[in-house]
Amino acid sequence: MNNNFETVIGLEVHAELNTKTKIFCSCENRFGAEVNTLCCPVCMGLPGTLPVLNQQVVESAVKMGHALNCKINGVTKQDRKNYFYPDLPKAYQISQFDVPLCEHGYLDILMGDDVRRIGVTRIHIEEDAGKLIHDDSFDGTLCDYNRCGVPLIEIVSEPDLRSAEEAKAYLETITTILLYLGISDAKMQEGSVRCDVNVSVRPKGATEFGTRCEMKNVNSFGAVYRAIVYESERQMEVLASGGTVHQETRRWDDAKGKSIVMRSKEDAQDYRYFPDPDLLTFVVSDEKIAALKASLPELPTAKTLRYVKDFGLQKVDAQLLSVNKARADFFDSCVALGRCEAKTVANWVLGDIAKLLNEQRIEITDTALTPEHLVSMIELINKGTISNTAAKTVLEEMMAKDVEPEEVVKEKGLAQISDSSALAGIVDKVLADNPKAVADYKKGKTNVSGFLVGQCMRATRGQGNPATLRDMVIAAIEKL
Amino acid sequence: MKKLYEYSATELAKMLRAKEVSASEITEASLDRIAAVEGQVDAYLTVTEDIARASAKKVDEKIAAGEEIAPLAGIPIAIKDNICTKGIKTTCASRMLENFIPPYDATVMEKLKAQDIVVTGKVNMDEFAMGGSCENSYFKKTKNPWDTSRVPGGSAGGSAAAVASCEVPLALGSDTGGSVRCPASFCGIVGLKPTYGAVSRYGLVAFASSLDQIGPFGRTVDDVSLLYSAICGRDKRDATSRETSLGNVVGDVKGLRLGIPKEYFGEGISAEVKASVYAAAEKLRSLGAEIVEISLPSTDYALAAYYIISSAEASSNLARYDGVKYGFSGNRDGTLNDLYLSTRSQGFGAEVKRRIMLGTYVLSSGYYDAYYKRAKLLQNVIAKEVADAFTKCDAILTPVNPTTAFHLGEKCDDPVQMYASDVCTVTVNIAGLPGISFPCGSDSAGMPIGMQVIGPKFSETRLLSIAKCYETAVGGFAVKEM
Repeated sequence: MNNNFETVIGLEVHAELNTKTKIFCSCENRFGAEVNTLCCPVCMGLPGTLPVLNQQVVESAVKMGHALNCKINGVTKQDRKNYFYPDLPKAYQISQFDVPLCEHGYLDILMGDDVRRIGVTRIHIEEDAGKLIHDDSFDGTLCDYNRCGVPLIEIVSEPDLRSAEEAKAYLETITTILLYLGISDAKMQEGSVRCDVNVSVRPKGATEFGTRCEMKNVNSFGAVYRAIVYESERQMEVLASGGTVHQETRRWDDAKGKSIVMRSKEDAQDYRYFPDPDLLTFVVSDEKIAALKASLPELPTAKTLRYVKDFGLQKVDAQLLSVNKARADFFDSCVALGRCEAKTVANWVLGDIAKLLNEQRIEITDTALTPEHLVSMIELINKGTISNTAAKTVLEEMMAKDVEPEEVVKEKGLAQISDSSALAGIVDKVLADNPKAVADYKKGKTNVSGFLVGQCMRATRGQGNPATLRDMVIAAIEKL
Repeated sequence: MKKLYEYSATELAKMLRAKEVSASEITEASLDRIAAVEGQVDAYLTVTEDIARASAKKVDEKIAAGEEIAPLAGIPIAIKDNICTKGIKTTCASRMLENFIPPYDATVMEKLKAQDIVVTGKVNMDEFAMGGSCENSYFKKTKNPWDTSRVPGGSAGGSAAAVASCEVPLALGSDTGGSVRCPASFCGIVGLKPTYGAVSRYGLVAFASSLDQIGPFGRTVDDVSLLYSAICGRDKRDATSRETSLGNVVGDVKGLRLGIPKEYFGEGISAEVKASVYAAAEKLRSLGAEIVEISLPSTDYALAAYYIISSAEASSNLARYDGVKYGFSGNRDGTLNDLYLSTRSQGFGAEVKRRIMLGTYVLSSGYYDAYYKRAKLLQNVIAKEVADAFTKCDAILTPVNPTTAFHLGEKCDDPVQMYASDVCTVTVNIAGLPGISFPCGSDSAGMPIGMQVIGPKFSETRLLSIAKCYETAVGGFAVKEM
C-alpha cells in the first residue's frame, strides 16, 4: 500500500425488500421458487398491463430512511430508466430519479473506539430485473423472470469512506439495520443485498477527489473488502507511475481477485429518465412518516454504545451482541428481569449459547430457551446450587425443550455438593491416585492444584462445588 | 323496411327484452352484414364468428330461462385491435404483434363480457394508434363507408367504419390525440373521448400513457351513452383511473353557455367545416343555449406539445418490443444487438419508427430540457387556460377536423400535414378533458362534417346531453346506404 495516497470510497447498496408481494403486481415475492413460476402479465411487461405501487414498499423504504437519519420526501414520483436488456421485460426499469423518497441522511459506524459518520446521499425505491442463466449444458441464455418486480431500495452513500475496513463495516451495519427493521432478508449470498463500489484515490491532503471507477458485481462482505484493496492499489500504481486513472465501470471477478473493464465513460448509457406516466405523484402523509419513525426499534450502533455505557461491556462484546437482533433482544429481555448482572448474561449469550447455535446453524429464536429460564439458571449458579459445568448441561436441555432449570437439575441430579463430609472421600482418593502431582505441589508448583480439583470434579460428575473442593485439596496436601 | 343491422343498440336492447328478436338473430344479421360489405370497407382484422355466436346463444338461454339480462347483452360490438382480448389476437395493426394473443382481457373487455356483449371481432387502426387516417396499418387500408376512395380517419378508422357501415351498432376505440373523434367525424357517427382516468387503461396497449383513453362509438348519442356507462369507473389495476359514473342524459341545452374559441376557426380550417359548425352553434342557440366568444391563445402550441409528449412516452412504451419474449422476432442467430436491430427495423412501420426516433431524441440528455420539459410546462399552461375558459362557459364548441375525409394516399407522403390535421383535437388530450364528436352537416361532396364539444373534467353527462339535444333537433343522424 502506497502511503502517499488516500482511498475514497462510496457504496451503492441494493437491498431486496421482503414484502409479501412484488412492487407493482400481486405476484408472491419469494426467493428460490421454480423458474418463471412467480410472474404475471404485469411483471412480465406484456402489452397493455399497468403497474400499481405496493404501499408496503413505501413503508419499508421510509423506515430505512428514518434509520439512516434521512429527510423523507412526502411528495415524490417514480421515473422510467430506459435501456434494452433481455432481463428487463419492459425495456425500462421503474425507479426514482430526481426526487428520491429519502435523502440527506447519515450512518454512524464504529471503527475501534471511533464513531465515523458516513453521509447517505439518498434512498430510492425501484423494481428488480430478471435473472439471466448461462450454463454449459445448453446453448444460448435463459431468463428467469421470477425476480422481475421484486422491490428494491437503493442506498447511495456519500464518498465518505476512507478504507476497505470502513466500507466493510458500513455494509455490515446497513445489513444489520435491514434485519433490525425486518424489511429485508439481507442475504448477500442469495443476492438480496448487492453492492456497487465507487473507488478513487488522491494524494494525501488533497481536497479534490480523484477520478473514480465503479465496480459492479461485488457480492459479499469479503469481496467488497478485496475489491477495494485491489482497485485502490491499481489506481495508486497508475498514478505513482505518472499515468492517469480513466473513469470507467469495471466488473469485479472475486475468483480471479481482479477487476475488468466493462465500459468507459464515453460508452456511458443515456437512460432518458422521465416521470412514469402510469404512476402518478405519490404522497406519504406527515402522520404516516411520523408513525413509521415511532415504530423503529433501537438500532445496532445505539445498542452497542448503550451496552458499553450502562453495563460496562467491552465494546467488542457489545458489538457482537448487537449485530444479531435476535440475540440482542434476548439479552435485553434477560437484563430487564433485573435478577442478575448484565455482564454474566452477556457471557452466556456470547459464549455457550452462541457456540451451541453456531454448531447447529440455528438462531436463538429457533430454540426453546427463554430469558426467564436463563436468568433462573444463572441464579442457581450464584446460589451455589449448581456449578458452571453442570449449568452447561442445564442450558443444553433448556434450549432443546421448554423446561425449568430446577427441573433439569433435579432430573439429572446436577445439584452441587458443597458438604465437605460428602466430598472428603473423593479428595483422599484423588490425592492417593496422583502422587506425582501431590509431590509437585509440595515442591512449590502450586498450580497443579487446578488439575487435582479438576480430577475431583470429574469424580463427582461435575456436582462438586469447585471452591469447596479447592480448599479441601489444599488443606489435605498440606496435612500430608 | 328497416333492416335488423340498421337498428341502434338501444333499440335492439328493447326488442330483445320484448322478445321481438333473439340475440342469435341480431348476431347473424351483424355477421351477414360484415360478409356483405367488408369487401368494400375492410374494417376487420379478425372476425370472431364463433365467439359471437356463443355469446348470443348464452343470452338467448338466459332470456328463455327468464333471467335478467344486462343492458348490453346480445349487442354486437367491434373492438379496436389495441385493446387486449383474452385468447383473441391483438395486433395493434403491427407486424410486431401479428401473432400476439393476450392471456388476459382488458378491464373494459371484462366489464363488457360480464354484460354478455357479442364481440364480432377486432378492427383496423393505424399501427399502434399512430396516425389520423388508418393508412398506417401493416395489414390493410380501411375505407370510408361514405366514399370508399377516402380514408375513414384514424387512428380508430376500423371502429368508425364498422359502425358507420352498420356492420355493428357499437365499437370501442382509443383516443390519444383525436383517434376516436377524428374517425367519428369523418364517418358521420358519434364518438366520445372520456376524461383522462374515466375509463381504465388496463389492457389498452400503450401509445402515450398520459394521454390515452378508451372511448365508445355509436350511430346515436344514446348508444354512446349506453356503452360509456358500461366501461367507466375506477379500476384498481390502473392507478390513473378514477371513480365516475354517467348521470341522466336529458338532451337539453337551456341555460348552458357554449363558448366558441376564435382560434379554432382560423386559417387552415375549411370554409365548409367552419360554416357547418357555426350553423350547428346557431341551432343550439335556438334551442336555448347562450353562445359566448372565448379565446384560447395557446392553441397553436398544443400540437407541438402533443407531438413531443406523445412521442416521448411512445418511445419508452414501445421499447418492450425487442423480439425476445413475444411478437415478431428478427435475426436470432447474431448478437443480442442484431436481434434488437432486426426486430425493430422490420417489425415496426415507418410512422412508428419516426415517432420512436422523435421521442428518443426529445428525452435524450442535452435535449430533455429544451423539448420534453418545455412541452410539459406548456401542457400546464394549456390546461390552465382551458380551465379558466370554463369559468366563462359550460362547454366549448369547435370543429373536429380542419377538413372532411381526404382521399386514400393523399397525405401519406407529408407527415407534417398529417400531424396538422390533429390541431382541433389534441388540446382535449393535453388537458385531460372529455370531448365528443357528432355529425353537424356535410360538405359539397356529401362527406360528413363533425362538431366537437369539449367540457370540464368528468362532464361526460353534459356533453352527451348537448349532443343528444342537437341530434333530436335535427331528427337523428344520417346513415349511409351501402
